[in-house]
Amino acid sequence: MGVDEVGAGGSHAPALRVTAKETVAEGVVALELAHPDGARLPDWTPGAHIDLILPGGLTRQYSLCGDRWDAYRYRVGVLREPDGRGGSAYVHDRLRVGDSVGVGGPRNNFPLVPSDNYLFIAGGIGITPLMPMLHQADLLGAEWSLVYGGRHRGSMAFLGELARYGDRVHVVPEDERGRPDLDTWLGEPRDDVRVYCCGPPGLLDAVDTACATWPAPALRTERFTARQQESQVRDAPFEVVLARRGTTVTVTPGVSVLDAVRTAHVDVLSSCMRGTCGTCATGVLDGVVDHRDSLLTDDERAAGDCMFPCVSRSRGDRLVLDL
Amino acid sequence: MTETLSPTAARSGAPVPVIDTDPFGRQQLEDPFPLEVALREAGPLVYLSAHDIYAMARYEHVYAGLRDWQSFQSGAGVGLSNFRIRKPWRQLSAVVEADPPQHDAPRRVLADLLGPRAQRRLRTEWTAVAEEMVDGLLAARAGAGVEFDAVSMLAKAYPLRVFPDALGIPEAGRENLLPFSDFLLNAFGPRNDLVAASAPRARELSEWVSAHCEREALAEGGFGAQIWSAADRGEITVQQAPQVVRSLFAAGVNTTVHALAAVLHALATHPEQWQRLRAEPGLARVAFDEAVRWASPVQTFFRTATGDTRVGDAVVPDGAKVLMFLGAANRDPRRWADPDVFDVSRDPSGHLGFGFGIHQCVGQNIARLEAECLLTALAERVAAIEIAGPPRRRLNNTLRSWDSVPVRVWPA
Repeated sequence: MGVDEVGAGGSHAPALRVTAKETVAEGVVALELAHPDGARLPDWTPGAHIDLILPGGLTRQYSLCGDRWDAYRYRVGVLREPDGRGGSAYVHDRLRVGDSVGVGGPRNNFPLVPSDNYLFIAGGIGITPLMPMLHQADLLGAEWSLVYGGRHRGSMAFLGELARYGDRVHVVPEDERGRPDLDTWLGEPRDDVRVYCCGPPGLLDAVDTACATWPAPALRTERFTARQQESQVRDAPFEVVLARRGTTVTVTPGVSVLDAVRTAHVDVLSSCMRGTCGTCATGVLDGVVDHRDSLLTDDERAAGDCMFPCVSRSRGDRLVLDL
Repeated sequence: MTETLSPTAARSGAPVPVIDTDPFGRQQLEDPFPLEVALREAGPLVYLSAHDIYAMARYEHVYAGLRDWQSFQSGAGVGLSNFRIRKPWRQLSAVVEADPPQHDAPRRVLADLLGPRAQRRLRTEWTAVAEEMVDGLLAARAGAGVEFDAVSMLAKAYPLRVFPDALGIPEAGRENLLPFSDFLLNAFGPRNDLVAASAPRARELSEWVSAHCEREALAEGGFGAQIWSAADRGEITVQQAPQVVRSLFAAGVNTTVHALAAVLHALATHPEQWQRLRAEPGLARVAFDEAVRWASPVQTFFRTATGDTRVGDAVVPDGAKVLMFLGAANRDPRRWADPDVFDVSRDPSGHLGFGFGIHQCVGQNIARLEAECLLTALAERVAAIEIAGPPRRRLNNTLRSWDSVPVRVWPA
């Protein structure tokens, strides 16, 4: 056990500190993030991502690719996307060790399901969510292999770390070996293998097609492009209206909605303070929520009628809560 | 109770205070508070010589220890037996007694199953059942005081109706649920007379539960059937499905029963708190959590150190069993003002009555929903509640529970 905040008194830290930044491949940096007070970070499982909330309100989602047994550090890998909207450019060009960065989640839309047999397929930066999965498959004693495609060796992150897995890992740089021959790698449909794929849309489409005759639960994919959130996150104060009481409180940056509501002497029962247990679920009557919990599905987030004020905030000037 | 400093208890770090009292002794189970005080005052870490185990009882350290699954594992059993060195003599829970990564998939399925969607779906029906049950009790003697046992007529009757319905098991055999769970929770302690008393039926109860964890025994649309659907989708294995269903038999009813008994007892013995709840029925959830803090129906759980681990200035040696005193932490004056006072005006947020961290009760919000439905129905219909006879404890190695709480209520 290390330094830790104590109980419900310790509020959720909206920002983590960049403790290391390292170029791990051409156009790819790995960031290491830690709590400014050295406290434990929320737990996560392989396949999980966090939101990085960058200056100007850009939110970008990055898969956690570190070691979950280390409760004090997160690691993400960030590819510079030349035609992106500035999130990756900011991380590459501006973000420095020692800087603060807002973080939401972790949340997992791409969980590793139990199996005795896995086939992992990564394209480029799609290796990131698979890194902790490989470690886990190894721990569980499962049979597994990884096919990892990329433009050329220099552009492919984590090759050094992957070397320890020996011949389970098949590195396929396009300039040396062309694109992976998916039909050969996948072989005949099997119901005892789980296929995990992450990478560019072209690869995912190709794997979808190649797995068309596989049993439905076999294939699990994650599309980076589908989970870009383009709406802006605010870093200015906002108002929270407590509809049943007719009072309004102002929430300033760095203060949780829960704590702000409590200053109005409204007790909202809570427990984990990390958006994981669901105890502080609160009805939303109006306004657009900046969801940062680990509980709601994408559909439930879109419905916008429920939030977890221990971590979630507002995207607009005003939120109306059923309190 | 004596306190000395053990020269051998820890390999390094500060000396660890020793207490020789058996926390599972009859006297301690009947009145745990003197030992809890002694444990908290002795230090962050205490050695309990009666069972060769360590203990934490201060809020700060129980809280941090429960979160630190890396250092304090559950996979060697959350009872006294150390299954890292001993072959398991009982079936381990696939959820409560699993560590990451094995813990991930079953936990995720349960969290999804018991999450906000289920709560929204069940609220209307569970409200109606609570209202019907309370109306039924009050109808017996309209206009006058009504006497009944709050444990059997409400704390047991209500969860035993709504939860098995939601789980999807038949009416027949539901009387097995509480004895089955009682046995499991007793078995987390030493093999004392409580274990011996519930042992004769253990096999029969376990077989009844196993039979009802199979796909064909579970009604369509219920929690049990949904767990099997999750297995069909590959989210857990087909082998895990009955074990995950089993965890709902083990933990889905008994703990809620005794948490409800605790809040009903607390309100019946604190008339001014009942009036606060009546004036503001929106406090129902807070009242329930305050009772869970104050009474801590689940008193203790074990963890096992995965390496030499520092707690305060002392060190728990690798492989040692550590008893986490949730009840003592919930009344630690370092964390709570007037901890021994039951007060629905306080904010009980952050109590450890549901545990904490990755193993925190996955059904806690289902339990809160049951409590909210029942307490709201009562608050709307009952003007006053008082104790009508001596309440009787039911001893268990893990639970602090009531066998009977006779009450008298006056309909509003």
